[in-house]
Amino acid sequence: MSARRAGRPADRTLEFPDVTDLADPLLVVNDLHTSFRTGRGTVHAVDGVSLTVGRGKTLGIVGESGSGKTVLARSIMGLLPTRDVIRSGTVLFAGHEMTTMAPAQLRQVWGAQMSMIFQDPMTALNPVVRIGRQITDSLRLHLRLDRREAHTTAVELLRSVGIPSPEERARWYPFQLSGGMRQRVMIAIALACAPRLVLADEPTTGLDVSVQAQILDLLEAMQSERHMAVVLVTHDLGVVAKRADEIAVMYAGRIVERAPTRTLFAHTHMPYTRALMDSIPRLANPSGTRLQAIAGRPPDLIHPPKGCRFAPRCPYAQDKCRESDPPLRTAASSDHVFACWFPLVDRMPADGSAKSSASAVDYEAPSS
Amino acid sequence: MLSYVLKRLAQLVVVAFIISVLVFLLVHLLPGDPTSIILGGNDTAANRQILLHQLGLNTPIYHQYWIWLIHALHGNLGQSYLTRETVGHVIASGFPIDVELIIISQVVAFAVAIPVALITARRPNRPLDNIATTGTFGLLALPPFLIAPILVAIFAVGLHWFPATGYVPFSQNPATNLHDMILPGLALTAGSIAVYYRLLRSDLIMTLQEDFITMARSKGLSDRRIMMRQAFRPSTFSLLAVAGVNIGALLAGTFIVEYLFAMPGLGYSIVQAVQQRDYLIVQGIALVVAIAYVVLQFIIDFLFTVVDPRVTRE
Repeated sequence: MSARRAGRPADRTLEFPDVTDLADPLLVVNDLHTSFRTGRGTVHAVDGVSLTVGRGKTLGIVGESGSGKTVLARSIMGLLPTRDVIRSGTVLFAGHEMTTMAPAQLRQVWGAQMSMIFQDPMTALNPVVRIGRQITDSLRLHLRLDRREAHTTAVELLRSVGIPSPEERARWYPFQLSGGMRQRVMIAIALACAPRLVLADEPTTGLDVSVQAQILDLLEAMQSERHMAVVLVTHDLGVVAKRADEIAVMYAGRIVERAPTRTLFAHTHMPYTRALMDSIPRLANPSGTRLQAIAGRPPDLIHPPKGCRFAPRCPYAQDKCRESDPPLRTAASSDHVFACWFPLVDRMPADGSAKSSASAVDYEAPSS
Repeated sequence: MLSYVLKRLAQLVVVAFIISVLVFLLVHLLPGDPTSIILGGNDTAANRQILLHQLGLNTPIYHQYWIWLIHALHGNLGQSYLTRETVGHVIASGFPIDVELIIISQVVAFAVAIPVALITARRPNRPLDNIATTGTFGLLALPPFLIAPILVAIFAVGLHWFPATGYVPFSQNPATNLHDMILPGLALTAGSIAVYYRLLRSDLIMTLQEDFITMARSKGLSDRRIMMRQAFRPSTFSLLAVAGVNIGALLAGTFIVEYLFAMPGLGYSIVQAVQQRDYLIVQGIALVVAIAYVVLQFIIDFLFTVVDPRVTRE
């Protein structure tokens, strides 16, 4: 197993043998902490996150702005600057420990085995570099293709992500494309070297609603075609409801509930998860139904509140919630964990079904 | 692209025309009447009419301009009142000196500023960066008239590597010419190095914060490659604009250095001509410098299209 090959930091080239045992997880993050030193104090952006992504699977990470999703994705990859950033915990990727890797080794993983799709295709593509070269860069570096082969492959990639007349577009600059087209280009760049894991950081947030579903469908199609795992980071539970195998809900730098998608929707334990669900527009609701907003703001991550971090905004909070921090506990099924003293299932059992009967099927990506 | 260049070219012609009119009018703004000076004691009404006719000064001013322009286009800009040297000759012998000094100083400035900025911008506020930033701050504070004597004292008087003064035209002896040009060129370059370095460094630091740089890192590209192939070009826009203004200021702005090194360049000649009220020399040099400035800006505009594709296509 590839896991046995870890722990040889002297290796100049990392090996990524093909693994047939699908039970062997691709990514295991354990107790990851990331903090930023700032003038006001230390910001604990990611505060003890553990998660697992299986090969070819999709994990959705959901949370509000400022919940630490983006920092988590970048910490997993190791992309954050080293200055004024403190990171601890372990990130085991295909048997290799990422947190202790030398920069030269990280660069063998980046782009080749693990890549990232950025939120804003307007700013994440170099404005003065032709699209073709932005794709061929990593092809030439990782796959050692020559100029011609790389160009041919880049054109094929552009075609596969649905860019019309790709030969011509390869010579274009990003500003000549629409937002949706740019995000397709970004996907082509991220997928160029057939990575095992793609971290998609809000890949549709910067796009028109009408384009969002197209991009997500494209990502899904590419995923199943290439058998890669995807970590889909979003603030929109509706985006991951039908696409993720498992969902992790993040709040104030922590995972507050994690479960397979169906379980999460059927047996929601954490009031914050419920609140996120209630903030999604649903087709089944009669028109004129008001969306439920979550009152208040996410807490200050320099001085997080005592007790449960969601307590100040939680409609069910009691004294115990404000006093002590709930640990991550296992629910009825072993693959479902949550952090809440008074989970919703205890509070409203079978008859409270009017609210908790919502299933993943009810939630659609905003455009559909 | 072509239409952009043609548009700029058309603008260049219009600006050149306006400059020529202003330069032509320069002489007409002067107090006094040329006929009374030329006639001296023979200043009668009849003589004056004859002279005005001979000089063409009785025709309308636009006609005078036209005559002047045709002559100017043929390289005839008149001659010095004092030395009888033609203005064309003064320019032809002086302009190459300015151009050469500017080229030397700018090549050195870019050759120093760009690599240093590329190295220090990667790790801002570290020792290396602090040394470079403080050093260029010092260069910025040293005017050429201070640097020139220091260079002369060290390299000419002390080490005898270069002559303290003197000039041999390039056509006569290229090697000696270049050798003589090095010290004045270096005296001019200090300010440019400081400005270019600081500008490029801060623009590079800003560019390195961009998403597309994180994106490039996530592709596995090395820092060096990211610096050269991703960050450098988008960081040169303001450098280019400032270089245009800076080089423009050096056109005939090299007077002090030319004076100190006794080089008969245009900067030197125009100051001399102004002092001696040699108006046609002033007029001729003003015309050439202004046109050169416009051509320079045209070149800068063209370079913008090279570094930033958005300029011509958007």
